Amino acid sequence: MPLTTVHPQFIIKRDMDLCIQCGVCTRQCSYDAQKIDPEDGRVSSDPRTCVGCQRCVTLCPTGALVVTERELHGRSHPNWSLQVQRAIHRQAESGGMLLTGMGTDKNYRIYWDNLVLNASQVTNPSIDPLREPMELRTFLGAKPERVEFDDEGNPVSQAGPLLTLDTPIMFSAMSYGSISFNACYSLARAAKNAGTYFNTGEGGLHRDLYEYADHAIVQVASGRFGVTPQYLDAAAAVEIKIGQGAKPGIGGHLPGEKVSAEISATRMIPEGSDAISPAPHHDIYSIEDLKQLIYALKEATNYSKPVSVKIAAVNYVVPIAVGAVRAGADIVAMDGTRGGSGATPTVIRDNVGIPIEFALAAVDSRLRQEGIRHQASLVVAGGFRNSADIAKAIALGADAVYIGTSALIALGCHMCQSCYTGKCTWGICTQDPYLTKRLNPEIGTRSLTNLLRAWSLEIKEMLGGMGMNSIDSLRGNREMLRGIGLTTEELEILEVAPVGR
Amino acid sequence: MRIDASGLHYRQLNQQIKAAVAEGETEFELVNVCGHRYLGSGIDQPVNIRVEGIPGNDLGAFMSGPRIRCSGNAQDGIGNTMDDGLVVIPGHAGDVMGYSMRGGCIYVRGNAGYRIGIHMKSYLDKEPVVIIGGRVRDFCGEYLAGGKLIVLGLDQPAGEPLVGKYCATGMHGGTMYVRGEVDPALLRPGVSATEIGDDDRQVLRDLLAPYCAEFSLPLDEIVGGLFVRITPHTARPYGQLYAY
Repeated sequence: MPLTTVHPQFIIKRDMDLCIQCGVCTRQCSYDAQKIDPEDGRVSSDPRTCVGCQRCVTLCPTGALVVTERELHGRSHPNWSLQVQRAIHRQAESGGMLLTGMGTDKNYRIYWDNLVLNASQVTNPSIDPLREPMELRTFLGAKPERVEFDDEGNPVSQAGPLLTLDTPIMFSAMSYGSISFNACYSLARAAKNAGTYFNTGEGGLHRDLYEYADHAIVQVASGRFGVTPQYLDAAAAVEIKIGQGAKPGIGGHLPGEKVSAEISATRMIPEGSDAISPAPHHDIYSIEDLKQLIYALKEATNYSKPVSVKIAAVNYVVPIAVGAVRAGADIVAMDGTRGGSGATPTVIRDNVGIPIEFALAAVDSRLRQEGIRHQASLVVAGGFRNSADIAKAIALGADAVYIGTSALIALGCHMCQSCYTGKCTWGICTQDPYLTKRLNPEIGTRSLTNLLRAWSLEIKEMLGGMGMNSIDSLRGNREMLRGIGLTTEELEILEVAPVGR
Repeated sequence: MRIDASGLHYRQLNQQIKAAVAEGETEFELVNVCGHRYLGSGIDQPVNIRVEGIPGNDLGAFMSGPRIRCSGNAQDGIGNTMDDGLVVIPGHAGDVMGYSMRGGCIYVRGNAGYRIGIHMKSYLDKEPVVIIGGRVRDFCGEYLAGGKLIVLGLDQPAGEPLVGKYCATGMHGGTMYVRGEVDPALLRPGVSATEIGDDDRQVLRDLLAPYCAEFSLPLDEIVGGLFVRITPHTARPYGQLYAY
């Protein structure tokens, strides 16, 4: 390795009393941080290339390894932290933009932690979900303005085409290419098991996943990869991807070396060529253009499935989301600044976009003020960590949520943020067959199905505690939320009362 | 089958066409078409559709197979994400034609507007072909990833540039042919414009033969003209932007 001014980010500690020199760590490490001497067979570590993925630590049979983040070196400085210095060193050496993966690791406030949920006491008694039915079923799409009945009492109002979810949690867009086939396969099967949907991202739908297409939301992004009449026909819903919370306003590209034969066939581009998604859709420069594409997709699918528009939460998310609804979107998906990515410039991930809590509250309020809230469902994404975050989002006005990062953690991700290297040791964010086989899709499916089951049980428990037996009673019910440690202005935007009031 | 489009909303018109296609109809004549959008959209059969009048935006969007022949000019978004089929425009075409098109052909006899052939791509035996008889405006061939984009410059006033500014920006695949001079200032870095060789002329002859037949144009004379070929330097234009 050439001499560098970049300091290692991690320390690899090997307890030599425990180490049995078995070499598991060297086979597990795809970053050359664990090595075996070909002559004497001794293992050694090189912290300079370690990304902190914890694979070797987890698989070491004797527990001999510890990988920790390197704390300060030399003299500390609040402005010039080790992280800041490392970034400058790397850029001074390469002249390139810094890339990263996953959602921002900057310490932005997580407003879910400043919101608390209500529960019943004495009046409106709480309900025990173990003995009473508890409804999580959620329908996404355009609803009628009011429900009308004929003379015999039968409903005559028509809703648009709807997605039916058994739990208000869907898997966020992650393309085949950004993640491995086994990861996609696990997501697809878990979505089917749990009665919900996965999202193909913009990488097309692999031919082996067509049997799960009735649980797929397929994306049409600026690159239009793999978008064919069959792809649109097979899907449960079509999503126009405008933006992503981790990288609002910029496009993306899958480097040619990741475009393998299978990915080439799924994206329908030549093997080894860059898959470039331009920043904007070049056929959408206005809300009117967006409407044109929404209706092009509705025409192409004979108005048989909902069309979603996914946008990143940015300063003017309110007029954009309202515009999307007025343009005919059946679902508006919003991705907050903590949303994840397989590869994104660090500077964008860490500095662009607004937290989903405010985007959701503001958009839901405006849609209600304009009397068009029923015309589209709101799906939110961007760092949902647990069922409480989800319950709070639904109380703030969401119809459902997308989870991406938490699903990947369920599959084994340890948040090393090195997805962009394509060397994911957990077999998730890589196309290297030696690495992808580490993710067993049977186990992956079970883990994801378990996660959805566990969170659904918890949501039912919270609902029961509030004296509700249906998720619909919580939806947009901000009376069930109180804010703690928030400014008057923040409470005003969230339309949530402070605790104690 | 003849359908009078007057008084019909595009949704009704398209529904009638699709219903007839489902029943096996293969020949359509649409009359009094006036701005009806999405004609041919989502149809995956090789049916023939003749359009009398002016079709609306997104003609042939997401379509896979139909052959649409128009009578005059057409509007924006022709062949958006088109998979296969043919669109023939004897007049002029609007903006954003052939966006992300993957297969099939679009033949325009006259001029075309801005953002033509952006991000067309090819895959295996699928190769989109867009041929414009006249000139195009700015941003032509941006992000071109595959396919053939041909600008013939027929019937242009002397000195009229055949392509606009920012031509072939971000191009990383495919080929663009322009019949005439291209001011290097109109091209973005990362692409080269060179004179064509004999191989190219054969490619052009094959591609232009059905085009010339469609509009009764002299093939030999057109193929024999001065052509410039625009190709990208690399299939990896963004390879050097990042620190790994």
